[in-house]
Amino acid sequence: MAARVGVVIFPGTNCEHDAILALERLGASADLVWHGDTSVDGYDALVLPGGFAHGDYLRPGAIARFSPVMEAVGRFADSGGPVVGICNGFQVLCEVGLLPGALQKNRGLRFLCATVTVRVETEDSVLTAGVPAGTELRIPINHFEGNFTCDADTLATLRTEDRVVLRYVDNPNGSVDDIAGVCNQARNVVGLMPHPERASDPLLGSVDGNALLGALLASADSPVGAPVS
Amino acid sequence: MASSELFSVLVEVRLREGIADPQGSTIERALPALGLGGVSGVRAGKAFRFDIAAADEADALAQATVVAARLLANPVIEESAVTVTAPGAGV
Repeated sequence: MAARVGVVIFPGTNCEHDAILALERLGASADLVWHGDTSVDGYDALVLPGGFAHGDYLRPGAIARFSPVMEAVGRFADSGGPVVGICNGFQVLCEVGLLPGALQKNRGLRFLCATVTVRVETEDSVLTAGVPAGTELRIPINHFEGNFTCDADTLATLRTEDRVVLRYVDNPNGSVDDIAGVCNQARNVVGLMPHPERASDPLLGSVDGNALLGALLASADSPVGAPVS
Repeated sequence: MASSELFSVLVEVRLREGIADPQGSTIERALPALGLGGVSGVRAGKAFRFDIAAADEADALAQATVVAARLLANPVIEESAVTVTAPGAGV
């Protein structure tokens, strides 16, 4: 049965159709979910795609965090539903407190738009289930504020609990400990700066993002932590 | 006398100690071009000014602190300082 994915959009989101196309081509059905909606009932997984929610005014994700839909996203996450935030979506998930840390301006203050290599660090998340640790993926980044930051205690916790999901092989933005993606303690909420939907077709130069999106769809049909077969 | 008055609020948001500040470092590196090589410790931040209708200064400060803590600053990387000015006190 095709997983049904809700793709949550805010004013200024701009990667929603890319995400929907990539997910649909992997066999999912995907719909837009408006930021003013108060329910995400009926979805098997949620994606918060990239863009500039509310113009990134104040801080990326700072205003989007107060959208009505975020309460529903929080309930969905609390109940174990898979939630993935890509780029701006990662920033929103950090601002709302579903993920630790924050995304600061890139080291060097450059907007970065490039395909980078990231390494899967754990198979135990809704975005990497079935993708062995050590797998290297070529996936584009496209951000000004992708420099993952957290305090030393949080970093120690992330490392001890194996919650660094992806690391940059060649750190492009100054992120602490080369972190490109992290998950929550329950491992069902994942945020990452790279855009897997932009590595979903040979025409785009890489299909490596499909490994992650496919894992998400598989996770959507399986309880958290259960092996995906 | 009205039951509430308008207080002026200034909220300064700055990065916490120890959090890297690429913006501040870049500004600092530009300063020698002005012939000012002795400037150090530049930290970039944000300032917000707004008015709050409140019963008294303590009430205004309490409300402004909520605004600063819940919206204007991200406590993971930033801290905020709130200054409330009573009506008629000037700036």
